[in-house]
Amino acid sequence: MSNAIPMRELKVGEKAKVVAITAIGELGRRIRDMGLVPGAELEVVGRAPLQDPVALRLTGFTLSLRNNEADYIAVERV
Amino acid sequence: MSKEIKVALAGNPNSGKTTAFNAITGARQHVGNYPGITVDKKEGFTKVGENRIHLIDLPGTYSLTAYTMEEIVARNVVADQRPDVVIDVLNAGALERNLYLAIQLMEMGAPIVLALNMMDEANKQGMKIDIDKLADLLNVPVVETVARTGEGIQELLTETVKCAAKNEGKKWEPLSISYGPDLDPALNKMVDLIEKNNLLTDRYPSRWTALKYLESDDEIMQLGREAHPVSAELEEVVKSVSKHLESTLATYPEAVIADYRYGYITSIIRQGVVTRLDAAADRVALSDKIDTIVTHRFLGPIIMLAVMYLIYQVTFTFSETPVGWFESFFGWLGETAEANMNDGLLKSLVISGVIDGVGGVMGFVPLIMFMFLQIAILEDSGYMARVAYMLDRVFRFFGLHGCSVMPFIVSGGIAGGCAVPGVMAARTLRSPKEKLATLITAPFMACGAKLPVFLLFVGVFFEKNQAMVMFMITMVAWACALIVSKILRNTVIKGEATPFVMELPPYRFPTLRGLFIHTWERTWQYIKKAGTVILAISILIWAAMTFPNLPEDQVAAFDAQKTVVQEQIDAATASGAPVAELEEKLLSVENEEAEATLKNSYAGSIGVALEPIMSPAGFDWRTNIALVGGFAAKEVIVSTLGTAYSLGEVDPEDASPLAERIAQDPNWTPATAIAFLLFVLLYAPCFVTVVAIKQEANSWKWAIFSVVFNTALAYTVAVAVVQIGKLL
Ligand SMILES: Nc1nc2c(ncn2[C@@H]2O[C@H](COP(=O)(O)OP(=O)(O)OP(=O)(O)O)[C@@H](O)[C@H]2O)c(=O)[nH]1
Ligand SMILES: [Mg+2]
Repeated sequence: MSNAIPMRELKVGEKAKVVAITAIGELGRRIRDMGLVPGAELEVVGRAPLQDPVALRLTGFTLSLRNNEADYIAVERV
Repeated sequence: MSKEIKVALAGNPNSGKTTAFNAITGARQHVGNYPGITVDKKEGFTKVGENRIHLIDLPGTYSLTAYTMEEIVARNVVADQRPDVVIDVLNAGALERNLYLAIQLMEMGAPIVLALNMMDEANKQGMKIDIDKLADLLNVPVVETVARTGEGIQELLTETVKCAAKNEGKKWEPLSISYGPDLDPALNKMVDLIEKNNLLTDRYPSRWTALKYLESDDEIMQLGREAHPVSAELEEVVKSVSKHLESTLATYPEAVIADYRYGYITSIIRQGVVTRLDAAADRVALSDKIDTIVTHRFLGPIIMLAVMYLIYQVTFTFSETPVGWFESFFGWLGETAEANMNDGLLKSLVISGVIDGVGGVMGFVPLIMFMFLQIAILEDSGYMARVAYMLDRVFRFFGLHGCSVMPFIVSGGIAGGCAVPGVMAARTLRSPKEKLATLITAPFMACGAKLPVFLLFVGVFFEKNQAMVMFMITMVAWACALIVSKILRNTVIKGEATPFVMELPPYRFPTLRGLFIHTWERTWQYIKKAGTVILAISILIWAAMTFPNLPEDQVAAFDAQKTVVQEQIDAATASGAPVAELEEKLLSVENEEAEATLKNSYAGSIGVALEPIMSPAGFDWRTNIALVGGFAAKEVIVSTLGTAYSLGEVDPEDASPLAERIAQDPNWTPATAIAFLLFVLLYAPCFVTVVAIKQEANSWKWAIFSVVFNTALAYTVAVAVVQIGKLL
């Protein structure tokens, strides 16, 4: 837990593992529906031209979400 | 004995449900490589042996909560229609995530068959799935399919029929998984309460209802409250576990539920169901590589603009010839009618009402076709999703959402769309606020019905740079849509932004079949509209422009004038004097008469009555008639102008197209032309769109708002342009 950082801090190309999702309500549900739950592994594969949203690679698919949404996801670099 | 088996196709967005639906039923439903293409359920039939299969294609959902319309549609079909079998179509490449929905379907108790679709891509990724093991562990039939090629579809049907037979007449057996030491006791307590009081038990399994209470599912809780007072007790239980979870683990029931569901899935997958060999070779990885260029900081926007511009060039270049054919065909039709019919009302109806009205609209069919073909390519290849991704930041600034891009583009953001499917595409938007703003501003786009108007006037006033000016009009439409939505989102539709959690589907080669279906579907809609609504309205407008006849005395007065001039001409011819001037005089008398007739008609009266209001915007009564007609359907604007000008036509031999007539009309200056174009771009959505807005916004209030507000805006802009034009 000690190395947990907000996902926003990941750079393109970095890999990480989800530690916690602090979002509640609709956003929380949307994030979890996509398989972003503690333990899930991801890689930041790109950012949109204005640096936001961010594209994440999960097992078998690519997902995008906004930086302010990524803030609710704590990750650990792997 | 044959019987009907009811089968629902469920699955994640973009997993290939509609492709499978088409493969099974031979239907031609719209597929696209974009999550959320199917927004409403579609039904079809097929026969397997003795059995008739009634297939329902559902909109894609990631889970069965209730915060989007698709999810509600999907789960209500399962709960209320009680299909004999639910086929869950999974994207095999993302098996883990796709199983999340499967688990929820099984928790509802529906008999399910898993179709592991896109096996071609999964295999190419070097992914191996042990389907027997998966079937065993989940205790459901599993079939590998490639819906695109039809591979495995027969087997899927066989399994479906088998599954239906096995479960026939049996009670549904909901799957029950453990949600851990904190939730399980609460769940059990709730199940007891639910079963004792029969709360919603006719629709949902009791454990499922309990889970929905824990997930604080508004729809189910609402139903529960209405059904039985025990609902309050359940809510109490939920409250106390929530409090407990928050204080001990700093988490929420929903989160715990999701964790356990994924935990369950992982425990199954880990038992050797999936082996991933070479992650680097995978298609998703390839897509990500393409994206490093296509969504690159600098290259991304440039490529996007280039693509949009290219679409215009291609459309105008390739459609020029076929549009010419259509025009000559209708020209020929008009001439034939002219030559072979006796003068009179019927002839006037056929030429002015039917041929000019419908022909003017049909002429643009090739253009619409090319536009939609290219939109289809963008959508099917997966590029559209990238456009949403790239523009989200910009859109958010204007109070919209990246997913507003699709409704905008379909509405005519790439000129030639249609606001009706566009407004319907807004259904993928989650938040009611952003959706409303999208609904009201999407009709600003240059839809295919407005195109004839634009092309006509651009052709007359800006002949040289047609593609360029059309591109500019489109940009203006986008700018207006964005600015207006920013204003709306800061005033009447204030509210927070919704999450942009969107799947970026891998790039795929569009299938010819898919492109054909997509293009044809939209083109046919246009043609059908031209042949029905627009034909009817053209005739109505023709009648309104023809009746009542000019009063007898006025007709007599014109006749007298004509006789005098005709006598002068006769005399001049006899004496060999020049007649040109006299003939012109005759023409102008006839012109006056035609105009007086039109002005005297019902339509003329309306147009004239509107003149005091509309003249600051530079519109005369003729234009007013066209604009009023345009509310019924925008195509009518051109056809009405056509009718208006051809009724005013004096020399029947002169079959010059509407464009020339407009060019000759001194009323039209570049400033009024621009004002007119902007007015047409912005004013009230057509009637069909208004109805669609009502449906999507679920209130007449917003539908009426879109009519009043958009018209007021259009008027203000048009007046401003004309008044500024006067100053310059
Ligand atoms: N490679 C491959 N592509 C497929 C297969 N099945 C479908 N597709 C493609 O996947 C994309 C999505 O297909 P659709 O049938 O529209 O998906 P859907 O599940 O109906 O999607 P929504 O209506 O958005 O929920 C299209 O581009 C299809 O051509 C398959 O078996 N293999
Ligand atoms: Mg579909």
